[in-house]
Amino acid sequence: MNINLTLVVQMMVFAIVIWVVMKFIWPIILGAMNEREAKIAAGLAAAEQGQKDLSEAKSRADEVIKEARTRALAIESQARTQANQIIEEARKAASLEGEKALASAKSQIELESNRARDALRGQVVSLAVAGARRVLEKEIDQKAHGELLDQLAAKL
Amino acid sequence: MAVENAGHAPSGSEYILHHLTNLTQGEGTSALHLDSVFFSVLLAVLFVGSFALVARKASVTKPGKFQLFVEVLVDFVDTQVRDSFQGTSKLVAPLALTIFCWVLLFNFMDLVPVDLLPKAGEAFGIHYMKVVPSTDLNITLGMSLTVFLLCMFYSVKIKGAWGFAKELLTHPFGPWMAPFNLLLNFIEHLARPVSLGLRLYGNLYAGEMIFLLLAVLGGSFALASVTGIGAVIGQLILGTVWGLFHILVIPLQAFIFMVLTIVYLAQAHETHH
Repeated sequence: MNINLTLVVQMMVFAIVIWVVMKFIWPIILGAMNEREAKIAAGLAAAEQGQKDLSEAKSRADEVIKEARTRALAIESQARTQANQIIEEARKAASLEGEKALASAKSQIELESNRARDALRGQVVSLAVAGARRVLEKEIDQKAHGELLDQLAAKL
Repeated sequence: MAVENAGHAPSGSEYILHHLTNLTQGEGTSALHLDSVFFSVLLAVLFVGSFALVARKASVTKPGKFQLFVEVLVDFVDTQVRDSFQGTSKLVAPLALTIFCWVLLFNFMDLVPVDLLPKAGEAFGIHYMKVVPSTDLNITLGMSLTVFLLCMFYSVKIKGAWGFAKELLTHPFGPWMAPFNLLLNFIEHLARPVSLGLRLYGNLYAGEMIFLLLAVLGGSFALASVTGIGAVIGQLILGTVWGLFHILVIPLQAFIFMVLTIVYLAQAHETHH
């Protein structure tokens, strides 16, 4: 095997190939690989962050729901007590009104009955006087026995 | 084999010698092996072209199948470089990738049937053709010498001319053994490119030789002897076995060349204290 110019030519070709690979191939391919690596890592991190955010949001939503439920319960109970109060008040007012009406009716009745009694009494007195006059004829003087008659009427 | 054209059947040694002769232009040291240079450049264009195609259309989010294949190679080389080369260099990794892929392609030419391309060349009036560049000592030594020069360049660049000279004089046995150290380092540094080039050349040359011998074995069929059929079957079986074995040798030699280059350059970058 003889060594000749081929060796020098090969060295020059080799140098050119190295230069081209170093300049135009290696950094680009490796750069793409590194970029992809970074992208995948970022994606995984984002996914993890998303999962964390999701669970956080879920727990927050749970909290909100719980709070809403307790508030709704409070509102409901408050409404119930208010309703009861209103009913109670209405009932009280109604009973008060009824009592008042009853009282006024009672007093009216009493008044009426008193009036009727008075009227009856007067009539009874005059009836009794008339009857007595019939029995005794003129013996009963209205004036002489006025005091007696009044006493009688008051007793009735 | 050019049996019919030549008028007489070439003997086995004639056939092998023919296949081991380069297509040469010129004489002596200014001679040029056109076939070696042609296939070397062709394979370089194949390597650089396909990789440049990938680099041009390199996609971060949607890599194609070929891009992924190239990335596997790049990642493999990158891992090798990072394992043995401490420090930063923009040259070492691309150099390693170039060596691995290019030498791999050189060596794979060995699996092309030994007569296929020379026969095709003969049809165009090219009578000598060696298709495996790594069976040409000029090619392998050309690469190993380039590596050697790079080692020298980086040794001087990193350590300074004085630092490198000091290392040559004092390493490994201390300043009192300076002449001996110098001799030892001289031999070591010179032996590296020679062994690097000869290893690849020897392995591939031997592989090619075996294929040629097997072709001669099968070619004895043309001598119309009774054992001709057996010889063809023998070439088929042995050729298959040797081809399968050679598939191991091909990437192994490319890998060894690459790893040794990385190691040598790593040592060139190292400073001894």
